[in-house]
Amino acid sequence: MTRLLQLVFRRIPIGWLQLTHNRARLFAAVAGIAFANLLVFVQLGVVASMTGTIEMTYAPFRADIIISPLRQQLVNGELVSRRVLYIALADAAVADATPLYIGNADWKQSPSTTKSLIVYGMKPEAVAFAGATVGNQLAMLAPFGHVLIDREIAGIDQLAEAGKSPPFEINGHTVQAVGSFQLGSGFGADGGLFVSDQTFQQLVRQRSTSTPSHVLIQVKPGETPAIVAARLNARLAPEQVQVRTMSQAVADEINYMNTEAPMGIIFGIGVFIGGLVGLVIVYQVLASDVAAHIKEYATFKAMGYPHRFLLGIVLEEALIMAFLGFVPGVILGSGAYQIMAVATGLPLGMTPDRALAVLAGTFVACAVSGMLATFRLRSAEPADLF
Amino acid sequence: MMTGREPSIRLQGVNHWFGSGETRRQVLFDISISIERGSLTVMRGPSGSGKTTLLTLMGALRKVQEGSIRLLGQELHGASEAAQEMLRRRFGFIFQAHNLHESLTARQNTLMGLEVHGPGGDAAKQNAAAVHILTSLGLGERIDYLPEKLSGGQKQRVAIARALVSNPEIVFADEPTAALDKEAGLNVVRLLKTLAETRGTSTVMVTHDTRIIDLADMIITIEDGRLA
Ligand SMILES: Nc1ncnc2c1ncn2[C@@H]1O[C@H](COP(=O)(O)OP(=O)(O)OP(=O)(O)O)[C@@H](O)[C@H]1O
Ligand SMILES: [Mg+2]
Repeated sequence: MTRLLQLVFRRIPIGWLQLTHNRARLFAAVAGIAFANLLVFVQLGVVASMTGTIEMTYAPFRADIIISPLRQQLVNGELVSRRVLYIALADAAVADATPLYIGNADWKQSPSTTKSLIVYGMKPEAVAFAGATVGNQLAMLAPFGHVLIDREIAGIDQLAEAGKSPPFEINGHTVQAVGSFQLGSGFGADGGLFVSDQTFQQLVRQRSTSTPSHVLIQVKPGETPAIVAARLNARLAPEQVQVRTMSQAVADEINYMNTEAPMGIIFGIGVFIGGLVGLVIVYQVLASDVAAHIKEYATFKAMGYPHRFLLGIVLEEALIMAFLGFVPGVILGSGAYQIMAVATGLPLGMTPDRALAVLAGTFVACAVSGMLATFRLRSAEPADLF
Repeated sequence: MMTGREPSIRLQGVNHWFGSGETRRQVLFDISISIERGSLTVMRGPSGSGKTTLLTLMGALRKVQEGSIRLLGQELHGASEAAQEMLRRRFGFIFQAHNLHESLTARQNTLMGLEVHGPGGDAAKQNAAAVHILTSLGLGERIDYLPEKLSGGQKQRVAIARALVSNPEIVFADEPTAALDKEAGLNVVRLLKTLAETRGTSTVMVTHDTRIIDLADMIITIEDGRLA
């Protein structure tokens, strides 16, 4: 290792030798960085899985454009007037439009357990607007009380696939699962139901078919959704709605979660603190190292080594620590993802780009610590050596 | 080097002060000296007389405040930090404290004296030079030892090897033999003498060792900051 570094640096790898000279301290520093890495990995993993969850909440639908109330997310929001649907349909570039109803309902599984469900309602004939996991099952929902149930709701889904799940009761109405769809476990609800617009009106109190949550639009072949969306936005300006492409709506919601929603902010702070922990540990090690060897550094200066040579040694130490800490950090992070995935059902896993991002972040944090630690090198005064 | 006639060190009217304002105090007064190439110069004088201050000024480790110091034909007064740095690479310094890097072996510490001249040197040659000088200082058996495994005298000899391995044009030493026994101390001085004869190395050394003073080509005595 020393020889390898010697070839890389074309000088004696003093930083490396210095670090390995005190094994106990190096071990503590590496453990600290690995811990900071683990912290950041866990936070990033949770944020990424929340992102995945948002994408999944949009997955049951297929549309080019979505018309929504101003300032709100897909789930739990205000309503739009069905009038906007007719205005949209009048646009020559619009192929079809359909209302989407979203609401909440409680499912009393037993006297002691209540599951809160997100209920999606769509016209059974609007099969073209159904996403892959719903598909043709939409047509099966026409009879009142027929529902698709979220696969994440344990136990029910297999029965539903087999078409023999027992009927159950939601808000006083008996419903029957005739199939399942995938929503993914999220942070907002225990699961989801997919129903017809007529069933929706009964299951979710105080909602009528005249006020959908969103309007889904498909454009004619050859039309660009973004252009059509902009045109509709202008046309619908008096209606207090926003018209966005579907991908823009997903991106907005992810952005909202990361920057404004309490959950996203908390996890953002977690990443920040993880980085800070690493930074402080590396600074502590390097600053005390510099302080303990100030005379040796001053000797190098007296011998004619430039100041940047000393900076190079400290930086070398910082980067070596970053790398040594990252290796166990990424291994621990992968392990934590597996444990969390099993425990929470969130889609969590190590991805190469996240690992690389954390490695880069670790390098940057360590380099910053190194830079801060080198301020003390200024006091390396060769004239005081004699 | 080109101007063979010019002495390696020439001081003219050097004054030096420490502190500022009320506490400003002059410690060197009107020092003028010429030191020839290839000579062994011994500096002596009572404690606090200014020997170390003068040595660090001559070694380009301190900014010249007043007067002129020419080193190897180059004026120090007003020279930039970078220029002083370049000059110092042509010197060897032997400090009272050895100041070896604890994590580097005797060989690696010695090599630091060569690597200052930048990468691109012949590694095998540098290594041979380090081994040679360590051996000639009686450390042939200790080449790959860390400082913590060496005695005080051995450490000091490694520091001397580090200072001399690059064949410096001037060696500055402040009581370098204090940590050595008499015999080892004389060995160091003999080595410096050989360097002076074979390579024209000049040495300026602060010492009270009378046996070394006997070998000196020139003796500078300082009392209260003045040449006596
Ligand atoms: N950095 C400094 N700041 C202020 N005063 C200093 C400083 N260094 C030395 N002095 C003062 O300058 C004077 C000369 O000091 P110097 O170290 O040059 O003496 P010296 O001859 O080397 O003494 P010694 O034989 O004890 O090493 C002393 O009075 C000392 O107190
Ligand atoms: Mg002194």
